[in-house]
This record gives sequence, C-alpha cells and structure tokens, in this order.
Amino acid sequence: MLNSCRRFSKECKINNMIPVLLIVIPLVTGFASFLINNGKGAKALSLLSSVITLVLALVAVYSLGSKDLLSYDAAWIPALGSRFSLSMDGMAKMLCLLTAVSVPLVFTATYKNNYNNPGSFYGLMLLMQAGLMGVFLSSDALLFYFFWELALIPAYFLASTWGGEKRIAVTFKFFIYTFVGSLLMLTGILYLHFKTLHGASFAIQDFYHIKLSHHQQFYGFWLFFIAFAIKMPIFPFHTWQPDAYEQSPTAVTMILSGVMVKMGLYGVIRWLLPIFPQAVLKFDHLVIVLSVIGMLYASLIAIRQDDVKRLIAYSSIAHIGLMCAAIFSNQQAGLTGVMIQMFNHGVNVIGLWIVADAIEQQLGTRKFSELGGLAQKAPGLAILLVVMMLANIALPLTNAFAGEFLMFNGLFRYNVWMAAVAGISIILAAVYSLNMVQKIFYGKTVAATEHAVDAAFNIKFSLALLVIVILVLGVYPQPVIKLTEDSVQAVLAKIISIKVQ
Amino acid sequence: MNAIIVSAVWGVVMMFCSFLVKNKGLYRHIATFGLIILLIANFLNAWGINIFDIDDHNMLHFNNFGTAFNTIAIACTLVYVLLTGKEVEKYGKYSAEYFTLIFFSLCGVAVLSAYNNLLMLFIGIEIMSIPLYILTGSDKKNLKSNEAALKYFLMGSFSTGIMLMGIALMYGGTGTFQLEVTHLQGLGPGKTLSFLEVTGLLFLFVSLAFKVSAAPFHFWTPDVYDGAPTVFTSFMATIVKAAGFVAFIKLLQVKVAETGIAVDKVMGINWQLLIVILIIATLLVGNITAVFQQSVKRMLAYSSIAQAGFMLFSLFSLNDIAQEGLLLYAAAYSLATIGIFAILVKMKDYTFEGFNGLAKKQPLVAAANTVFLLSLAGIPLTGGFFAKYYMLASVMKTGTYVWLVVLAVLFAAVSVYYYFRVIQAMYFKEGDATTEEFSPSFKFGLVALAALIIAIGIIPSIVLNLFYF
Repeated sequence: MLNSCRRFSKECKINNMIPVLLIVIPLVTGFASFLINNGKGAKALSLLSSVITLVLALVAVYSLGSKDLLSYDAAWIPALGSRFSLSMDGMAKMLCLLTAVSVPLVFTATYKNNYNNPGSFYGLMLLMQAGLMGVFLSSDALLFYFFWELALIPAYFLASTWGGEKRIAVTFKFFIYTFVGSLLMLTGILYLHFKTLHGASFAIQDFYHIKLSHHQQFYGFWLFFIAFAIKMPIFPFHTWQPDAYEQSPTAVTMILSGVMVKMGLYGVIRWLLPIFPQAVLKFDHLVIVLSVIGMLYASLIAIRQDDVKRLIAYSSIAHIGLMCAAIFSNQQAGLTGVMIQMFNHGVNVIGLWIVADAIEQQLGTRKFSELGGLAQKAPGLAILLVVMMLANIALPLTNAFAGEFLMFNGLFRYNVWMAAVAGISIILAAVYSLNMVQKIFYGKTVAATEHAVDAAFNIKFSLALLVIVILVLGVYPQPVIKLTEDSVQAVLAKIISIKVQ
Repeated sequence: MNAIIVSAVWGVVMMFCSFLVKNKGLYRHIATFGLIILLIANFLNAWGINIFDIDDHNMLHFNNFGTAFNTIAIACTLVYVLLTGKEVEKYGKYSAEYFTLIFFSLCGVAVLSAYNNLLMLFIGIEIMSIPLYILTGSDKKNLKSNEAALKYFLMGSFSTGIMLMGIALMYGGTGTFQLEVTHLQGLGPGKTLSFLEVTGLLFLFVSLAFKVSAAPFHFWTPDVYDGAPTVFTSFMATIVKAAGFVAFIKLLQVKVAETGIAVDKVMGINWQLLIVILIIATLLVGNITAVFQQSVKRMLAYSSIAQAGFMLFSLFSLNDIAQEGLLLYAAAYSLATIGIFAILVKMKDYTFEGFNGLAKKQPLVAAANTVFLLSLAGIPLTGGFFAKYYMLASVMKTGTYVWLVVLAVLFAAVSVYYYFRVIQAMYFKEGDATTEEFSPSFKFGLVALAALIIAIGIIPSIVLNLFYF
C-alpha cells in the first residue's frame, strides 16, 4: 500500500480526505439547515447532503478495495496530546456505509411528514449523522468521546422536541442513562491515557500496547463496558430503550435503532476487546448470560405488546443481545456473523420502522387491537412488510440468515447450552413477528382500516430498495464478510494470543 | 502590581464620577473603559512591563499563574459589566458606587493572585470581601437583601477571625509572615512543619474553605446568593469564588506540596484525605440539594457549591494539570454563570416554570442559555467540558483515589438533571415566559459569549495560552 501511495501520492491524499468529508459534509450542511426556515428547502438540502455522503461512502468502500486503510491525522489539542486522527478500516467502512445508507433512506421514507421548525429538525438529524460517522472513524480516544456525545445530544433534542406525549421524561431518562455511561467511559479513557508511554497519548494504537495488571484490566473493562452496554442496550441496562423508541419521532427512532445501537457494538469490538483481553476472557461468561437473558426476556415481552413500535423495540433488544453474546464468544464465526448482522440489522429494522411510520401516519394508530385486514387495502405494503418480517426472523434467503447462523455457530462453539437456550429466541421471534403481520394485515378490516389506501410511492420505493438489499445479501453475503475480515482477524489475534498464554 | 494600582485608582475615579457626572447612563461606560485599561495594564504586567515600580518587600510575587488568573478575572468582569451593567443602575440612586465597589473587589482579587505573605493574603481577602457585603445589601428596601448582607457579614467576619488566628499561629511557628519560609530559613526536604504552623494551617484551611463555600462551611452560600440582588450574585458566585480558589491553591502548594514532605502526611494530618472529605461533602450537598430547588436562582446557588466541589480537585492533586485546570475552570464556569445570570435578571419569574416556552418567544436567548447550561453540565464541545476534564485528569495523574473520579462523574450526571430542567422548560414545555425587553446589543452579547464558550470547548488552548506567555 505504501508503494502505491508513493506512486499516486496525489490520489492517496484525496482518498484520505474521504473520512474527513464524511464528517464535515453533514456537519456543515447541518448547521446550514438551521438557518433555513422553509420546509422544502431544508428537506432538499438535507437529502442532497446525505446522498453526497452516501456516494462518498460507496467510493470509500468499493473503488478503493477493502484492504486500504484510509487515515487522516492533524493536530488538535497539543497540550493534551490529543490529535484529530481518523482511520477507516473494513469495519469502519461497513458502519459508515450503514450510516450513509440509512440517513437518505430515512429522509426519503419520511419525505411527506411535516415537522414544525423543519430547519432545526433536519439540521439536528445531520449533526447526529456527523457524530455517528465520527464515532466509527476516530482513532483517538478523546475524539471518540467527543463524537460519542455529539451523536447523543442532537438525538436528545430531536426526541424531546418532536416526540410523542411522554417525550420529555422518557428522552431525559435516555439522556441520563447514556450520559452516565459515557462519563464512566471518559474516566476509563483518562485512566488509560496516563498509562500510555509518557502518559501523553490518546491514540488507539498506544492504548492497544498498554500493559495492565489483572486488576487494572478488570476496573477498566467495567468503565468501558457499562457505557457500551447502555448504548446497545443489553439486559439489565435496557430500560430506557423501549420508551425512547416509542416516544421518539419515527425518523429519529430509525437512526437510533438502526445505527446508534451499533455504536455500542462497535465500541466493544474496537476498544474493549483489544484493550482489555484478559478481562474479556474473565467476564465473557457473565456478559453472555446477561445477553441471553435479555434475548429471551425481550422476546417474551415483545409477544405481549399491543403497539407496533414497542414490539419492534423489544425485538431489537433481542437481536442486539445475540450480537453481544456472539462477540463475547470470541470465535471467528461469531465475530464474522456480528459484522454481517450489524449491517443487516440496521437495514431490516429501518425497514420495519418505515412500515410502522407509514401505518401510523395514515391511520393515526399503532395499536394491533385497532388494526386489521390492511393487506386488502394496501397489498404492496403488505408484501414488503412480510419480506422484512421474514428477515427479522432470519429465514434463509434473507440477509439476516447468514449473520444469525454464524453467530449461533460461534455461540455453539463457546458453549452448547448457551446456544441452545439462546436458540429459543428464534422461535419466539417467529411468534411475535408473524403475530404482528397477522394482526395488522390479515383478518377482517376494521373501522380504522376501512378507508385505508396503499402506501405512497416514496415509502414503497425505499422499502423496495431495502428488500433488494435483503435478498441480495441473503443470497450472497460475501461482500460484507470480505470487507470486514481484516478487522475480525485483528481483534481475534489479540484475544487468542492471551488465551494461549 | 499594575492591576492592583489601576483597579484601586479606577475605583476612586468611579467614586468621583458619582457626583461629577450627572448622567447615570454614563457610569457603566466609564466602568467598561476602566476595565479595558485594567486589562491592558495586566497584559503589560504579563509582558514584564511595570508601570508602577514599588518595592513590595517580597510580600507580593507575580508569576504567570497569578497574572493569567488576573486576566481571566478582569475579562470576566468586563463581560459581566457589558452584559448586566445596565441592571446595576436599578438599585439605589448612586449606582456609580456599585461600580466603585466592584473595582475595589477586583483590587482584592489582584492582591490574592500575587500574595507571597500571609498579611497580604489577609488584606486581599478583606479588600475583596468587604465590598461584597455592601453589594449584597444594596437593595436597601428589600428585607431579604438586608438579611443576606447581615448574614454574609457576620459569617464572613467569623471566618476572618479564624484566618487571623491561623496567621498568628503560623507566625508563632516560623517567626515570619512570608509564605515561602523554606527559602529563607534553609528548610529543605525532609523537614517537617512545626506544631504551631500545622495548627495555623488548619485554621487557614477552614477559613478559605468558607470563602470558596466548600461543605460543611457552605451554609451561608444559598441564602446570601439568593438574597443578594441577582446582578451582584453573578459577580460573587463567579470571579470572587474563583479568586478564593487561587489563594487556596497557592497556600497549599507552598505549605503542603513544596515543603518537600510527602503530600499526604504533614504532622500526622493527611491533607489529601482532608480534601477528599471536603470534596465528597461539597459535591454531595451541592448536587443533591440543587435537585430539589424550585427557583432557578437558588438552584444556581447550590450548583455553584457543586461546581466548587469540582474546583476542589485542583487542591487535591496540586500538580501542573491542576493549575491549568483551575484557570480553565475559572474561565469556563464564570463565563457561563455570568451568561445565565444576565438572562435570569431579565426574567419576571425566577422559578423553573418562569422559563416555560422561552424558546418560542426568544429563540436566540434560549439557544445561548442552552449553551451556558450545557457548559455548566460539562457536555463536550463547551468550555465546561474541558474544565471538568482537566480536574479529573489532574486527579488521574496522581494515580491515587481513582474511585474519586468515578464518584465525581456520577455527581456530574446528577448535575445534568437540574441544568436540563431549565432547558426542558425553555424548549419542550408550553408556557408564556415573561421577560423584560432584550435589546439587540444584549442578544448579540449573549450569542458572542456562547460562541466564546464553544470556542473554548473546541480549542481550550485559547485560555491556557494565557498561562504560558
């Protein structure tokens, strides 16, 4: 890679600017959007910005080959030893792509929704996107923390301003939860900072080389893990999540559940596993047990829900629980599965939210008890939803199958019983998913659905795109595996070397 | 030396203005002008140019840290006068006198930032505090203001008495008022402080803890801050409090850290543990009580105690990061608090409900207020984040009491609760916030201040470079 860089030094420079642009474009357009009062202008600007970001992300992923590491480094706060350094490896590329795909999709699917103060709404959405990109790209701990918060604060304001009835209390709970977590992480970052050589670096590479005693590893592990566990969320840190998803405006919920939860998973893979491998090997059992409990618990609650949004929220907890368990199984299959599933879960869950939003916008209710027979009125929507739901259950030929299969494979190698218990959640997923399809779309039409019409073009269009992704990746998941295999190897190498010792 | 003389002289100038200048509206402009001169004088000091060459018999020692703090204090006062100078005119007939008192108080701050002698410490504290007793009671017809002034005066005198006692004991122990006795008497590493000196130091410790309102010496704070006219609370809670910390850290640095004795044991007293107890008590009292307040003004009083708890970390760690952090904290905390008080003065209703719906009526003011509150809560991208960050980092660097940092961040999360109540009221609650007129220049000032706070939050070096030049 160095050679090619020397030969095409100019080209390399431009390519290395891509990570910066992925952050700067949404940031700048986000601020610009605050100044626009008219709704159409704000929508158009934000859609344009997000499409440009998507194109850039695609360029980063495809035309450059998966082996290249794009990185950018500049001085930021020399007094603290913190640098503005970004790097983009396979996993970062994959998650940036997910972020870049989700945002325009969300904008398209909710194009017809009208918000008060549209300029601020779209501005905050773009700022949140900038924060998410930053989290996935930064290779400096303090910078990582900055972006971690930058993603959170717009989400807080979005949900509190445009959310449902109970929004203020609920989003505040969400904010406090995650803020406590991130402050603990900041403590951990500071602790590690003074353990690096000369105590003067925040670079992730320097963090990787810190030698910590067993006890230090254990404390550090929990400081970081609680932050990530709250963000994912896994049991018992999940209580903010269903309320926050339910009360947030659906466009925000899509980003929260599709992309933001990946921050937690990403954090575990990028920061926790390589820095605290001994602690990971000590606590893996505990974390997996918690995750599995969360999976079953969330699935059981999902079955009892009467609200589309809450059902999807609990189903999301169950899926994230599986991903977390698979990460801590420390098996190659498991981690590869997580990589695939991080992308796929994002795609699927956004699809489900789009359907939920379409129903709520048109019929004014999200309750199963008030819905029924919608398939007769809206056949297009019904077909698309069924595909989404099948993907949610991880049926073969849908994208989630490969991921879940690999994750269960990893978990199975770790512990057969654990895998068996976790496997129950697949059955439960089928129960609540099909239950939802049946209650909303089949049966007799009721008062609310009597005069329903099929979903608008923009909704169907975005859902159709998602369905294509679902089917393509379901048949051929290799691109994602290839993109991220280096990252998986790098993480596992460290864990395995500790295991051997 | 420049700042001490200029501030005292300009105080006198302001006093003369009260009967020479008939136009009341001019006073604040004269004060602004004076502050700018003061700032320039202090900069000259930093560049080594002394306008007044007075032999201070080594009782004052001007170093980078003191001068940098002075710059921050004067700059914050300038911001304060620019934003709220107009409000000062509302209390009493002779508003020029209030500006006089502020200048005298600044003179005390300048003495404190440079003292090298315990008498100077005493004089500095007194020059700084006595104007405040008057300012607290400046709303003469208001019973609460009178009560607060009397309370403040009595409690203040008490702590002064304790301080004098401490100074006397230390004099008994060393035979000199000079702070750095080690240089004079050749006491090197390994020598201990005498019994009298340690007792004296304890007394000083208590009285300074009183000045910075650290629990359990904080009881005067909420009543005084609440009772005093809001404009003056703003000044007391920010610049004056920070100056108390500067005096405090200097005392401990010389007496505890630099005497060559291990930091944690001086004469059988574990100073670090003492400060740790102080920190925990202060954070606990400040944060928990602030949660239950109904009035924003009183909440800010308790929050100032909580913020003091964070500043106490610098006394705990006493290292280079602590010094830098204290400067940054003084700047970030003062600027944000001055901003909030400037808005609060204009509110008709000081309760949280009074802020309901402010964002709809005054979007710009609400946005600026949000930045100030986020900064106080220590959210990244604001100055308050780096202030807290430096404090935590200074403790982390000592490598001991790491759990204290965890405790501190949990309390920081508690503080988010009460700061965000104001944001929630402004943005998410329906209501009709009644305010006085906001002039365009006032709004511009607020936005500029918010921008400055964000700038500090992205590049903290703009404040810290003051320290090094």
